Amino acid sequence: MFDGIQRRVVSLWFPRLASDRVLRLRAFDGPFVLTLKQKNSNRIYCLNRAAEHQGLHPGMPYADACAFCPELQSQIAEPEQDHRFLRALCRWATRYCPWVGVDGTDGLVMDVTGSTHLFGGEAPMLGDMRMRLMRSGLSVQIGCADTRGAAWALAHYDEGIAPSGDMLAALTDLPVAGLRIDEDMSIALQRLGLRSIGDLAKAARAPLTRRFGPGLLLRLDQALGAQPEDISPHADPPHYAVRITLPEPIGLLADVMAGTERLLSQLCAKLKAQEMGARKLCLTLRRVDQGQQHVELRLARPLRDAKRILPLFERGLSEIDAGFGIDQLRLEATQVESLPIQQISHVSDRRQDRLDDLISRLGTRIGLENIHRFLPADSHIPERSFIIAPAAYSEPAGGWNSLNPRPLILFPPEPIAASGPRPPARFRWRRMSLTTGRATGPERIAPEWWLGDENWRSGLRDYWRVETREGRRLWLFHTPQNPSWFVQGEFA
Amino acid sequence: MFAFVLTTHLRGGAMWIRENWETSQINPAGFADFADPSRLIRCITQNQTETLAVAEEALRSGAVSLVIMQLSQPVGLTEGRRLQLAARDGDATGLAIIPEGMGSNAVETRWRCTPVFDPETGAEDSTLQRWELIKNKSGTLGVWHVRWDTAARRLVMVSPAGK
Repeated sequence: MFDGIQRRVVSLWFPRLASDRVLRLRAFDGPFVLTLKQKNSNRIYCLNRAAEHQGLHPGMPYADACAFCPELQSQIAEPEQDHRFLRALCRWATRYCPWVGVDGTDGLVMDVTGSTHLFGGEAPMLGDMRMRLMRSGLSVQIGCADTRGAAWALAHYDEGIAPSGDMLAALTDLPVAGLRIDEDMSIALQRLGLRSIGDLAKAARAPLTRRFGPGLLLRLDQALGAQPEDISPHADPPHYAVRITLPEPIGLLADVMAGTERLLSQLCAKLKAQEMGARKLCLTLRRVDQGQQHVELRLARPLRDAKRILPLFERGLSEIDAGFGIDQLRLEATQVESLPIQQISHVSDRRQDRLDDLISRLGTRIGLENIHRFLPADSHIPERSFIIAPAAYSEPAGGWNSLNPRPLILFPPEPIAASGPRPPARFRWRRMSLTTGRATGPERIAPEWWLGDENWRSGLRDYWRVETREGRRLWLFHTPQNPSWFVQGEFA
Repeated sequence: MFAFVLTTHLRGGAMWIRENWETSQINPAGFADFADPSRLIRCITQNQTETLAVAEEALRSGAVSLVIMQLSQPVGLTEGRRLQLAARDGDATGLAIIPEGMGSNAVETRWRCTPVFDPETGAEDSTLQRWELIKNKSGTLGVWHVRWDTAARRLVMVSPAGK
């Protein structure tokens, strides 16, 4: 069997990642904690060394911590930011080896097999890491071993380098918690008298599996190298941007369009490879005097067809001031959506395509959010019997059926002078004096009490369809709980 | 109603353009009897200039067959002519809803539509309208009394009411 280079894994653990990240930006030597709302109270999420010396610990209520330590400074934790910081560290760590993965929320794991000699061996490499991380204000614990599990155990419980070969010898004195098992299991193992990894390795395997399940021995085997374990490096997200730098500055619209076309065809090929479609595009034009101009394009639906996108840029580009000339073009798809490859059908869909293009074009002028489509909604309240959705982000839907006739035009209720539960014989509306010819109704609509709508505070409404002798057919309503009359719509 | 009846008769989508200060709005549940609301797209613009620009663009594209714009100020000859040329390019119909007496001289036809009270028929069928063609570049003027037949989804011409 081929037995190549012995695999070597480095595990980095940042015990105070969150607080170190914040304190990098604001120098402070005293006790400092980050708090997070957990279990309905503000608790300590992460703390610095000075706070640890004061006897504080993570998970402690913040109010107690303040009582212990009056000079304590605090800030609210942002786990999302911490995660982003860890990803940045992950990228930094690729300077040592190409195979770096994120380990939990506060660690990195690197497969350094074959790259240690570039730094003069393992110990100088770890020293270099430690020195650089300390210089940037991060506390770190580093373990190096043959397996990921062993490196993790060393990083967390006994910093150092395990000599290649026998992992059990390096781990034998470490506590069982170093096997990446949960706390309940490690306490249960300690109650059985199995305090160290050495004890556990010597114990009979069958009873352990029966009691703790297969997970425990899997972790042990992974640490000792009997079971393989992967490190999955973090893949870089695909980058949808292309650029072109020109030897001579250009200024004519046709030239800029030609450059854009070249960029678009590259970008669309990229999008096609990932089965994505661009929703928002940004074209940046750099002029020779270092000035930058942007042309934003929002599309009515995800697209990756260069021929269809190009004409949409025309309007934006015509407004650009080229100055002394443009020498760099950069096109980026700032928002992409998945656009799976579809079977071409024989039923032509050109009309829909043209409509989408029209919506995109109009969107560049009046904004995509101003172009709407009506969707049916399930409500008896006339104002809520339909939804107005942006046309670019919705599909047309059917299912329009109303039991009772509804007016063509709706407006906010306009009061008229009248009294009594029946429609008035004469009334004035919009400076017109109208006579009721025929009244149909009432249709009682009750407010939706589960939605506190201001306009429906006046209670029930009795709707009447009133045909006036003058011709207009109006939709009137009376509010019996709060007697008054209003006009709300007009029929055909 | 004229607009919606026209929507039904023309195949393809329609676009309704209005300005953002307008409080009254078209009710899809109401015009579902006349035209399919899913074929209608509504644009909201800042001012009349934008309305006209959007209308021109939509007419020229040919993606919709009817463009309805609600206007509040008179349209000049230049704008009217541009809309006309756009409509010819895109093979679409443009319809401007204008206040009384603000018509443009560039238009092909101008209609005045008024609802009429009809004392004879029942309440369930009261869609009688008087449609008056008050300007026609290529023909004669005329007056029609029409009503909408909901079941058949078509327009029925009737003799003037009350005579």
